[in-house]
Amino acid sequence: MIEFVEAFRLAFNLIITLDANILEIVLLSLKVSLVALIVACLVGFSLGSILAVSKFYGRGIVLIIINSFMALPPVVVGLAVYMLLSKSGMFGWMNILYTPSAMIIAQSIIITPIVLALSRQVIEDLNNEYSEFFKSLKISKLQIIKTLIWDARYTLITVALAGFGRGIAEVGAVIIVGGNINHFTRVMTTSIALETSMGNLPFALALGIILLLISVLINSLVMAFNLTTKKYAFG
Amino acid sequence: MHLDKFNRTLIRIKPEKNINCLPICFKDLSLIVDERKILSSLNLSINSDDVTVIMGPNGAGKSIFLKILNGILTPTSGCITWNNKKQFSDTLNTQAFVFQKPILLRRSVIANLDYMDSVLGYKKKISKDRLLEIVQLKKQKNQPARMLSLGEQQRLSLIRSLMLRPNLLLLDEPTANLDPASTKIIEDIILNLKMMGIKIIFVTHNILQAKRIADDIIFLNEGKMVEHLNKQEFFSNSKSIEVQNYLNGIL
Repeated sequence: MIEFVEAFRLAFNLIITLDANILEIVLLSLKVSLVALIVACLVGFSLGSILAVSKFYGRGIVLIIINSFMALPPVVVGLAVYMLLSKSGMFGWMNILYTPSAMIIAQSIIITPIVLALSRQVIEDLNNEYSEFFKSLKISKLQIIKTLIWDARYTLITVALAGFGRGIAEVGAVIIVGGNINHFTRVMTTSIALETSMGNLPFALALGIILLLISVLINSLVMAFNLTTKKYAFG
Repeated sequence: MHLDKFNRTLIRIKPEKNINCLPICFKDLSLIVDERKILSSLNLSINSDDVTVIMGPNGAGKSIFLKILNGILTPTSGCITWNNKKQFSDTLNTQAFVFQKPILLRRSVIANLDYMDSVLGYKKKISKDRLLEIVQLKKQKNQPARMLSLGEQQRLSLIRSLMLRPNLLLLDEPTANLDPASTKIIEDIILNLKMMGIKIIFVTHNILQAKRIADDIIFLNEGKMVEHLNKQEFFSNSKSIEVQNYLNGIL
């Protein structure tokens, strides 16, 4: 028990003194997840909005596949990306295995279906509400999509935050394609796993606390956006 | 109602092009949904350039009639001709539609009006402040549109549709559930638009309202046209039992 108390004390000390190693790991985690989120939002919002306003044969099957991809097991994604990026893989010539780029690719693959499926649902619901107005205006699909994305922006930010939360907490895929290399591809989740197994509890705890704080911050932002939406009756 | 201001603003609401859409002819037009006949072989012609009112009991097909006119719904068979042409006009937005339940964007009152400018790209801008003043919404201009009362939402919806500078204005029970003051504002606007030469087709259940604003009345029942008469004939000389029952509150 005393050991754990001491571990917490040391962990808080590491956070307060802005330990260089901790800072480096946190910054890399944020960088990887933010870039992956940007990729996921660009792909997810565009495809999500196109799907939301389009009717075509087989649409139901496409939606089932996308929704199923929301539950992609990260280790399977990690394995697939590893095979594609390894020397004998299709993209082995890129030489990016065990680099932050590989981690961004893996996280993007995990986050994109979440952002795509949720944004499609949000935009489609709004489109159902507006559709007769759009039809009466006889405006183009592009104008419709622009209007829907703008009007759903608060909810879409919530969707993006959910994607970010999933990305930053992910460990299975990044450890496979990143390799957990010190000062290069070590992120918060992979460090926690490694340092715990090595018995360096204060370091693992410090990162765990920061990860939790990030999670609390994300959830607070989600709540704030939801409240704003309701307050101004935009929701 | 600030009629002088309104009339000055109306000049800017005038259609960019004056397109004669009359007569509007329904030729054997039917709409069948899930084997249910919503509109059944409608044959009629709207010739007057004033206010045409569509009346009929619930489920008569009045709103569907209007939505087919606007192109929101496509008929199963038959067609509509505009001034003997199949297309109303090559230019977009020569018609405007005001829905029974206002469909407002999740934006402020003024942003709902600005949206029309951004979508339509008209060079000649209308003073939105003046429009808001006419419908007594100037104070609420920065409020979210969905926080307005139903009457205010409907007034906003009406002036937003006017930003299309329509030749034909379709109104689907715009005053249903509104208080007398909001109803009067909307009726005044409609009568002013009529004077400007904008063709108006108006759906209502309200017999007194039809007496106030109609020039001719189309009576629908169970998807069929029962009567199409001018106002005086409709209220005094209609031979139809269905119309008489409706006016007597039985249908």
